[in-house]
Amino acid sequence: MADYVIEMLNITKEFPGIKANDNVTLQLKRGEIHALLGENGAGKSTLMSVLFGLYQPEAGTIKKDGKVVEIRNPNDATALHIGMVHQHFKLVECFTVLDNIILGAEPCNGLVVDRARARKRVVELSERYGLKVDPDARIEDISVGMQQRVEILKMLYRDNEVLIFDEPTAVLTPQEIDELMQIMRGFKAEGKSILFITHKLAEIKAVADRCSVLRKGKYMGTVEVADTSVEEMSRLMVGRDVQLVSTKEEAKPGEEILKVENLTVPSKVHKNNAVKSVSLEVHAGEIVCLAGIEGNGQTEFVYALTGLEKPSEGTITLCGQDITKMPIRGRSKLGMSHIPEDRHKHGLVLDYSLENNMVLQRYWEKEFQRAGFIKSREVRAYSDRLIEQYDVRSGQGSTTIARSMSGGNQQKAIVAREIDKDPQLLIAVQPTRGLDVGAIEYIHKQIIAQRDAGKAVLLVSLELDEVMNLSDRILVMYEGEIVGEFDPKTTDVQTLGLYMAGAKRKDKEG
Amino acid sequence: MSKKNTAPRLGSAVGGIGSLLASLTCILVGLVIGFVVLLVLGWITLAQDGNSLTFGQMLTKTWNSGFKAILSGGFYSTANAMGMGVRTEILQAAPLVMTGLSVAFAFKTGLFNIGAAGQYTVGAYFALYSAIVMKLPWWACLLAAALGGAIWGSIPGLFKAFLNVNEVITSIMFNWIGLYAVNTLIYQGGTGVMFNTNTTKTYTIKQASPGSLLPTFNVGIGGKDYFGAMFLPTIGIFIAVAVAVVVWVVLNKTTFGYELKACGHNKDAAKYAGINDKKNIVLSMTIAGALAGLGAGLFYLSGSKEWEPLVSTALPAVGFNGISVALLASSNPVGCIFSALFIAHITVGGGFMDASVFPGEVSDIISGVVIYLCAFSLLFKSGILKFFTRKPKTVSPENGKEREA
Repeated sequence: MADYVIEMLNITKEFPGIKANDNVTLQLKRGEIHALLGENGAGKSTLMSVLFGLYQPEAGTIKKDGKVVEIRNPNDATALHIGMVHQHFKLVECFTVLDNIILGAEPCNGLVVDRARARKRVVELSERYGLKVDPDARIEDISVGMQQRVEILKMLYRDNEVLIFDEPTAVLTPQEIDELMQIMRGFKAEGKSILFITHKLAEIKAVADRCSVLRKGKYMGTVEVADTSVEEMSRLMVGRDVQLVSTKEEAKPGEEILKVENLTVPSKVHKNNAVKSVSLEVHAGEIVCLAGIEGNGQTEFVYALTGLEKPSEGTITLCGQDITKMPIRGRSKLGMSHIPEDRHKHGLVLDYSLENNMVLQRYWEKEFQRAGFIKSREVRAYSDRLIEQYDVRSGQGSTTIARSMSGGNQQKAIVAREIDKDPQLLIAVQPTRGLDVGAIEYIHKQIIAQRDAGKAVLLVSLELDEVMNLSDRILVMYEGEIVGEFDPKTTDVQTLGLYMAGAKRKDKEG
Repeated sequence: MSKKNTAPRLGSAVGGIGSLLASLTCILVGLVIGFVVLLVLGWITLAQDGNSLTFGQMLTKTWNSGFKAILSGGFYSTANAMGMGVRTEILQAAPLVMTGLSVAFAFKTGLFNIGAAGQYTVGAYFALYSAIVMKLPWWACLLAAALGGAIWGSIPGLFKAFLNVNEVITSIMFNWIGLYAVNTLIYQGGTGVMFNTNTTKTYTIKQASPGSLLPTFNVGIGGKDYFGAMFLPTIGIFIAVAVAVVVWVVLNKTTFGYELKACGHNKDAAKYAGINDKKNIVLSMTIAGALAGLGAGLFYLSGSKEWEPLVSTALPAVGFNGISVALLASSNPVGCIFSALFIAHITVGGGFMDASVFPGEVSDIISGVVIYLCAFSLLFKSGILKFFTRKPKTVSPENGKEREA
């Protein structure tokens, strides 16, 4: 019998209207890196939450070192040396790195926290595993990559031997991802066991030993990564063949739809401008991609375009009309659609039903209201049509509360709403963030279809694969400026990476 | 896929039943605690007087001359000559429905209107002024009351929208500003036009302008007028019920309500959808104020009480009880009707208890406990739903296939 450190046997977890985990079994060997693969809503996060004590399963048992254990809350999990790096970090922003690491497990001298002892331990751990952190920096001042290292150190500080990583690479640059993989291999060499949740097949190939696949809450099996091709894994996950690379026709750019001239947007967090005199055009029938590392002004640029923030200088022209000072509703009426970066903050009213969210941009139109009264029948019919047409899955159809839907389906709902508005200009900001290959493939197809229908598309993405795959023109943004324009056919990821990191720049042609 | 997405959330229909069950549970627990308090207090009072009863006797006494009164409220038979109890009950319930609606309406937009008391006060002033001085007809006085409340509610709204000042703080300050401003305006050193120096109250509307009093109604039971001939209940309660229904329709069926609730649930998403959040904050507080002000109109235009500027140094309790009403109703406008009736019911009932043994304030304790429990109502809600949804599962360990259908 193999040496399993964690066994989750026949786990079933239900939510109203949906079985998030249906008789799922997961066995983690000691000292292996075990990937957990599945589409959005397949139940990966739920399963890990069960293991970490955040949810109680309706059925099934969990064994640690062969003994049945009951994990009622995260404290139980910690006591069993199970640690988790959540997708959204759980850090106190205004505390230092050191304080965050020891929080809840502070070494004390009487009533005083013994920071010297803690620091020694943290420095030791960080050197041993190559996790570079500055113990005295505040969380709010350090990069996302370093924040993640702090989360990892938190687990190590508590002597965890089972480490759960919930989509750790979603927020990292390519270089940081390589580093993380290296660190994970180091853990493995130390005999620690790793559960690694991801959508990205390449990462599984690179680092995992075995891979368990979930589909719609059901356990599809566990494969040896070395013996399984990427295509096989994606088929196991989605249940059909998936096109990993979207194919598209040559772009036929038409008239100019969006013209931005010398746009400058002040930053909310520091004194400098977040966007510095940016000019660009987007034509009908082309996908222009704004690439760059997170936090280089893309967010503020899009806010200014869509009217969520006021630019301090410059003009924005949509379909020949100056919209620089136009309110958001006016831009929307003129044909601007916006798939926002943060679907929870902007994209959805999470406590509204799905149908109410489907008409979020259109509830005031004649089609959906008469004399201020909402035509609920029309809203329901419209929502049902979008759900059907765009394959949005949810527990109770149109009446599902948006909050209870999986991230991928929430995103599909937003994409459906924004595309069905039949816009002139589609602004899509990280439209596939955190989604699985099936949903990514789908959304990519929709975006290309919009382009082919003669719409102008401005895509903002951090994923270089997505940038290379979709765009007709690439603009790289670095520190609020556009530092280069590229043709995806004649450039490669490495070159883009250099520009994104600010190592190179060129003046925009033309 | 983040944690949030998979967190259990209840469908709206199930949630509604849950809210109702939770509120009923709160009420039940509140009543039980009220009974125990009565029992203990009565025991102590009687023991001090040298009367020691057996536990059984005490139980009977608490029930008969104490708790029964609370449960029967205005219907408590011996005291209900000429429908007096019922009349008091609906007289008190009408403004309570309105302040409850005021708080509930603001809640829906994500605002906490703790200023209903001040809006009520200013509404009362407008109502009294337009009745006693301007001698307007009753409906115009009601509109004036709503206008007064609206003005008072709009101020914290404007502060919130344009200066980002928390509406709780401004509302509380404007409660006191409103109260003392109204006292000063009515008294004016004894020279106020509405101030009757003989009674140290405002002039009665009955004498000053009978046309400003709300119309009354009567009910014939067994050939006799239930409310007698002297003191008749006003139509205030019907106005309050109608307004509650209108508020429900506005919130649930109109684009305006859609926008207000969107702002309340997620301000950023509302802004993203092109909804003017500032306008909605101001409007929401203005309407909330108007509702509270109208409540004052319904009360003071009934002619059963005058304003006493020299002794009114506390904010009207009905303003704060509005918060209780809204909480108990889970901010449902129609629910506010029932929760206001309940609170008025036990308050009036408390007054009918044997005062030599049982303090009437026990009804305040009961409503206090109920409100306190309402704060936990979310807990009850999920607990209750769990109880009902878990049940079938223990019956069929095969994970109940029928539930998937």
